[in-house]
Amino acid sequence: MTKKEWPLWEVFIRSKAGLNHKHVGSLRAADAHMAIENARDVYTRRSEGISIWVVESNNLVASDPSDADSLFEPADSKVYRHPTFYDVPDGISHM
Amino acid sequence: MRDINISELEQKFQAKIDNDVKIEPNDWMPEEYRQTLIRQISQHAHSEIVGMLPEGNWITRAPNLRRKAVLLAKVQDEAGHGLYLYSATETLGADREETIDDLHTGKAKYSSIFNYPTLTWADMGAIGWLVDGAAIMNQVPLCRCSYGPYARAMVRVCKEESFHQRQGFEIMAHLAQGTPEQKAMAQDALNRFWWPSLMMFGPSDADSKHTAQSVQWKIKRHTNDELRQQFVDVTVPQAALIGLTVPDKDLKFNEETGHYEFGEIDWTEFWEVVKGNGPCNKERVDARRKAKENGMWVREAANAFAAKRAARKSA
Ligand SMILES: [Fe+2]
Ligand SMILES: [Fe+2]
Ligand SMILES: [Fe+2]
Repeated sequence: MTKKEWPLWEVFIRSKAGLNHKHVGSLRAADAHMAIENARDVYTRRSEGISIWVVESNNLVASDPSDADSLFEPADSKVYRHPTFYDVPDGISHM
Repeated sequence: MRDINISELEQKFQAKIDNDVKIEPNDWMPEEYRQTLIRQISQHAHSEIVGMLPEGNWITRAPNLRRKAVLLAKVQDEAGHGLYLYSATETLGADREETIDDLHTGKAKYSSIFNYPTLTWADMGAIGWLVDGAAIMNQVPLCRCSYGPYARAMVRVCKEESFHQRQGFEIMAHLAQGTPEQKAMAQDALNRFWWPSLMMFGPSDADSKHTAQSVQWKIKRHTNDELRQQFVDVTVPQAALIGLTVPDKDLKFNEETGHYEFGEIDWTEFWEVVKGNGPCNKERVDARRKAKENGMWVREAANAFAAKRAARKSA
């Protein structure tokens, strides 16, 4: 049997004005237009969104979990990037 | 050398699970964990989709417009649940089309409850109240399942399920307060769906071969018997409140344990239905297979239209 499966799309929804789009799941559709229509039906049946992004899953590039240490560990030792690292004398405000 | 690596990976994997760190699609996982999840999630997906059939049967015959709109919305939700779950199996590397074909060839199972017929309108009440009720009891702990995409799908599903159970209970409560004929219809639906609902939690712990490993992997948080007991404990008082009788002569409340004791489940019936010999097994799978075959032109047409639209854009 020949494969007639539609491509896979990742769906991102903006839940309300002022918030960013957030990944909610994926679905299959013949093209981007249909992916948006399907995403409307599958992921916003209860007013969960006001805007939809779809990206074909093939076009998504992800970091490799086995690189996680080399990618993210260097930040762990740089506590001085956080305001809590610094001592502020009592009596100082607006800082 | 390779063996050492694998056992090290397995230890790291189990340590993550023990620390409640979710496993994500690209993370290393034991092959058996992957296969267990594919089997469980695809069975769950099939159950959502096949579950649309017994209720879809009554959409055109709902007693009024409100009931019809509600039932339609519920059945549409079940389609959505099936989609979330098929997507979750795809994150594990399962092929969507093969997964669905496994249902159509009888290789894959789905919840045996959907192999019972829906004979009267009261069955819509019994299904929402009991079947969705039992499903919720199974699904709530799955929101904390160790596999991220499955857990997230379950959070969405559980949010949507709560109205399913309420609308079913509302149907039952109304019928139970209606004419003697309506009340008898509600009681009859309860009589037919009570025992199959208890069977939804699966074989008793003594006969359940997957439980121990699944508990260790945090795919499962409670045993079948624990969940079944919980279901009986919450449902029996609900039946009493609307004046219906649970069809179990051995049912009694144990003051000491605080739990209901209930009669023996007919496991022969359960295994017969699982094996394909329930009242509607053939009808359900045939309906799904026909839906795919008869709908194939839609898929092809959508592909052709997408190609045309793409060509027009690039021209
Ligand atoms: Fe569902
Ligand atoms: Fe479900
Ligand atoms: Fe449901």
